[in-house]
Amino acid sequence: MIGGIRFDSVTVAYDGNVVLDALDLTVEPGEVMALLGPSGSGKTTALRAVAGFVRPASGRVFLGGQDVTDLPPYRRGIGMVVQQYALFPHMRVEENVAFGLKAQRGRTKVPKAEIRTRVAEALEMTGMAAYARRYPRELSGGQQQRVAIARALAIRPGVLLLDEPLSALDARLRSDMLAELARLHRELPDVSILYVTHDQVEALTLADRIAVMDRARLQACGTPRELYRAPANEFTASFVGNANLLPVTVGSGGGVVFGGGEIEVGTAGVAPGAKATLCVRPHLVGLGDGPNRLSGTVTEIQWRGSTHRLYVEVDGRRVIADLRELKAPPAHGDEVTLHFSPDDATLLAAGVGHG
Amino acid sequence: MLVHSRGAKWAVWALFLVLFLPLFALPLLVVLGASFATNWSSVLPSGFTTGHYSAATRGEALQALTTSLLTAAAASLLALTAGTWAALAAAGLKGRYRRVLDALFVLPVAVPSVVVGLAILVAFSKPPFLLNGTREIVILAHTVLVTAFAHQSVSAALARLDPAYEQAAASLGARPAHVLWRVRLPLLLPSLTAAAGLCFALSMGELSATMMLYPPDWTPLPVLIFAATDRGALFAGSALAVVLMAATLLALFAVSRVRTRASYR
Repeated sequence: MIGGIRFDSVTVAYDGNVVLDALDLTVEPGEVMALLGPSGSGKTTALRAVAGFVRPASGRVFLGGQDVTDLPPYRRGIGMVVQQYALFPHMRVEENVAFGLKAQRGRTKVPKAEIRTRVAEALEMTGMAAYARRYPRELSGGQQQRVAIARALAIRPGVLLLDEPLSALDARLRSDMLAELARLHRELPDVSILYVTHDQVEALTLADRIAVMDRARLQACGTPRELYRAPANEFTASFVGNANLLPVTVGSGGGVVFGGGEIEVGTAGVAPGAKATLCVRPHLVGLGDGPNRLSGTVTEIQWRGSTHRLYVEVDGRRVIADLRELKAPPAHGDEVTLHFSPDDATLLAAGVGHG
Repeated sequence: MLVHSRGAKWAVWALFLVLFLPLFALPLLVVLGASFATNWSSVLPSGFTTGHYSAATRGEALQALTTSLLTAAAASLLALTAGTWAALAAAGLKGRYRRVLDALFVLPVAVPSVVVGLAILVAFSKPPFLLNGTREIVILAHTVLVTAFAHQSVSAALARLDPAYEQAAASLGARPAHVLWRVRLPLLLPSLTAAAGLCFALSMGELSATMMLYPPDWTPLPVLIFAATDRGALFAGSALAVVLMAATLLALFAVSRVRTRASYR
């Protein structure tokens, strides 16, 4: 089956409560799209609409160019992996992986010999071949996750839906599995992956494009780099990576005014005198003199091994700076000066997104 | 443990024994003692005999035991099927209809069983539903009485069943029937066997509705026990009671073996 997902103005409501509001989004064949957002943002609902577990109140869902809005889940041919794995506890690993193949009927019925080959292939691909005869309860969380992925891949879906697949794993296993998922995607270049997560690191690492969701709406969609370097609004800036967001007024001669001082930054597209929000990433803020100075009082300092995180109050606003480990870090209450390069700051028009 | 101090623990145990022994254990021990006796005029029974047991395991008594076992097996199978079916159907319904269906199935528990017996007697005494005087009417009454328990325990298990399993199965291309047979029912198996055991035990001990319905050729064991004690044959009745108890426990034990095999998850 050819991959690719298209949401055409998909709206989902439960009892009149809109949980997904007119979503328009296209996932190309072979593309990894991350749906990133906090809980309640509608990202899981969007995935469930693709799987067929919720029925849109309006709009259409397309899979591989075919309108599947009215098809039941079992006729959509998608692979799905959920947070709690949902492996069938009464079946061995190999039976779990074979489940989707044995469930096929009629025209698509898979011969026994081929089921065996494909189960072995899926287990091989996820590195679980040695565990074929085990029951799920005899496996660790990470192993169960691999089996769940093998089970979804065995039916050779054009589209793979991953719903917070790593959130039940501990931090170290999570980064291993991220690498594993990236490898799987390289081996299956035609499969579209819709990856729902609230974790920006997972989205940045794995996705070709990220769709940022909040309050039932799509807030922004773009490559990780675009969203990180030039976020479209405050919500995207704060949810994709960390951000210092400062309220500023656009000055007349280029640059903006923050508190009492002038700050140099590109002001293209914003009228002089308008209110705007300045976005600077904490790791791009330096300590000491330089262009675009911000002076204030240290309110907190955290040592994080390789970095120091400084919280500095500047004109009543908190500015965070992530600095390479300092030999002589400032103390709580010290007056310090921070700076950042004009290229590293982005100006966001006020009124877009939420504060 | 809610109680921490050693003294308090002992006190709780003592209270438990004081309440448990006379209320639960002692009556059963008395029945056991009486079943081996010919006379009980002092503190302990006297005149040891196994004669009651030889009478209780042959002829009329043996036939009554077989009747009871067959009735209980048939009724609990029917109840399990109907109860599970109804619980599965109710799970697919929306709020209000589901509550109505659930209430309907609890009804036989709320109504005294003697009333259920009478209702069935009246309802099935005229053609075209003339079942009065057949063994089927006894099985039917037992089924009606125990279906509520089957339905309740299966719907409780269904409510606990994570929908992620059936959704995973559906996303893998399994039709609803395939999901039901290969995923949902196997996952419900522990509850199904528990419900079967409960229904079986309840049916084995059912007396009040049975009394109103049983035909002469289909006399369950509780009726025989009642008849024996009613005519004053307490010791013979006790032996029958012990046989009933043993048979029920044995059947429950067999069911629980199936259950441990099923609940490996």
